[in-house]
Amino acid sequence: MARMKFLCDADRCIECNACVTACKNENDVPWGINRRRVVTINDGKPGERSVSMACMHCTDAPCASVCPVDCFYTTADAVVLHSKDLCIGCGYCFYACPFGAPQYPKVGNFGSRGKMDKCTFCAGGPEADGSKEEYEKYGANRLAEGKLPLCAEMCSTKSLLAGDGDVIAQIYKERVSKRGYGSGAWGWQTAYREAIAT
Amino acid sequence: MSGVLAKFMTQIRFIAGALALAFVISVATPVSAQQPSSVNPTASSVKEQQLLQELNRIQGRVSIPDRKSDVLEQPAGREWRQWHQVTLRWIGGIAILGMLALLVVFYLVRGQVKLESGFSGRKIVRFNALERFVHWLTASCFVILAISGLNITFGKPLLLPLLGPSAFSTWSELTKYSHNFLSFPFTIGVVLIFLMWIGSNIPNGNDVEWFKRGGGIIGHDHPPAGHFNAGQKMIYWIVVLGGGASAVTGYLLLFPFYGTEIAGMQLSQIIHSVVAMLFIAAMLGHIYIGTIGMEGAFEAMGEGTVDVNWAKEHHRLWLEDELARGTSTAAERSAAAARPAE
Repeated sequence: MARMKFLCDADRCIECNACVTACKNENDVPWGINRRRVVTINDGKPGERSVSMACMHCTDAPCASVCPVDCFYTTADAVVLHSKDLCIGCGYCFYACPFGAPQYPKVGNFGSRGKMDKCTFCAGGPEADGSKEEYEKYGANRLAEGKLPLCAEMCSTKSLLAGDGDVIAQIYKERVSKRGYGSGAWGWQTAYREAIAT
Repeated sequence: MSGVLAKFMTQIRFIAGALALAFVISVATPVSAQQPSSVNPTASSVKEQQLLQELNRIQGRVSIPDRKSDVLEQPAGREWRQWHQVTLRWIGGIAILGMLALLVVFYLVRGQVKLESGFSGRKIVRFNALERFVHWLTASCFVILAISGLNITFGKPLLLPLLGPSAFSTWSELTKYSHNFLSFPFTIGVVLIFLMWIGSNIPNGNDVEWFKRGGGIIGHDHPPAGHFNAGQKMIYWIVVLGGGASAVTGYLLLFPFYGTEIAGMQLSQIIHSVVAMLFIAAMLGHIYIGTIGMEGAFEAMGEGTVDVNWAKEHHRLWLEDELARGTSTAAERSAAAARPAE
């Protein structure tokens, strides 16, 4: 089985936010929640870089470890998913996540959190693949249809890559050797404890 | 005249243009020759490793309305995980189980602190209805807050295997809501306790002597004490300071991003949980001495009155004050206490 990963080539990201929009549309993400976002560092200054970030589907995921009700599970493709039926909206996964991936709809009184929502690598949830219940809770299950996440598929500059970690790492390495530079795979060291040598 | 001038100007423009072109070519040629593929935009760009080394986090700007999502990476989340999954469980386990073990051993060795002079049958009011209401309001909230809080730290390894995922989630969601909502009456209780009893909880010379003489708990001495002895004053300050700290950090977590961002929430959770664990351990000691640990103690908070002999042994200075305040008041209080119902 493949080990699914995201890789954002910061030297190509133009902060068009098409990945953000594609994700929201494909998964019918509710108002106020962004499963993916583009962060620009040193915005407006020489050497600024933009990075598209969502759940990185970490190896030995911190969210799963700290979850008090153990609602996370990892698929055979190493995608980190969770059950909204079990989630109690405590916010602990958000404290532990290195990438700010978990989002909570605001429900009820004061700042109380609803059931957590995050990027599923377009792989749905625990319900039957492609079912109505799965779509309503987690959005599309493109992986079950043999498709990759829409954010990466739609990336206009092919900055965002999604797929088997070895394959996308190889694509990135070839790119770097051809053009002669590369700032590395952002977040990989934190998420997977490995970096791509550039 | 004008025709000659125009012709002259055309010539000038032509020469100037030719010179400029020659200059541009002479300057540009070596530059374009020098430009194979040696441009490295990464050399002057921001770099992930450098940013992480400087601040251990990467923050930028987002164009979506959710401004708080501008933290790109915060590897500190992994350290917080280590805290929550390992360190906190050790601290909590040692504090709570250690205290329980200590109390069991203490009970077996020392036994109940008996009322040595026996019950006189005469009662004196120790806590009025308001004081008891505030105590039990805070106490009942505290018990539920403690159980629901411990569930977050220890529920997964201890309860989840017993209940199964679905039932455990339902239980945990219920405890989450109780924890959130009961924090309000608990906080009110802590504030009232602070205001109500601050007068008799300022440490003084008697407290030093009380500790030196083992408080009458270790051994069979009866060191003099006022309304509250040094041990009770400790409990008071644990409740006021511990309760205050838990309330402040708890509300920071309950209202995410109102007062703090992610690093602040991690720190709040650390303070909240460690204070809570020690608080629970201290309250176990308090519950012990207020119930099976000491004869005649529970009725102080139960019915509001204590036996005069009990007051004489454990709070002699307070009893003297009460009696000195005037026989009429004392009699009044005794009469009030003698009434069957509140």
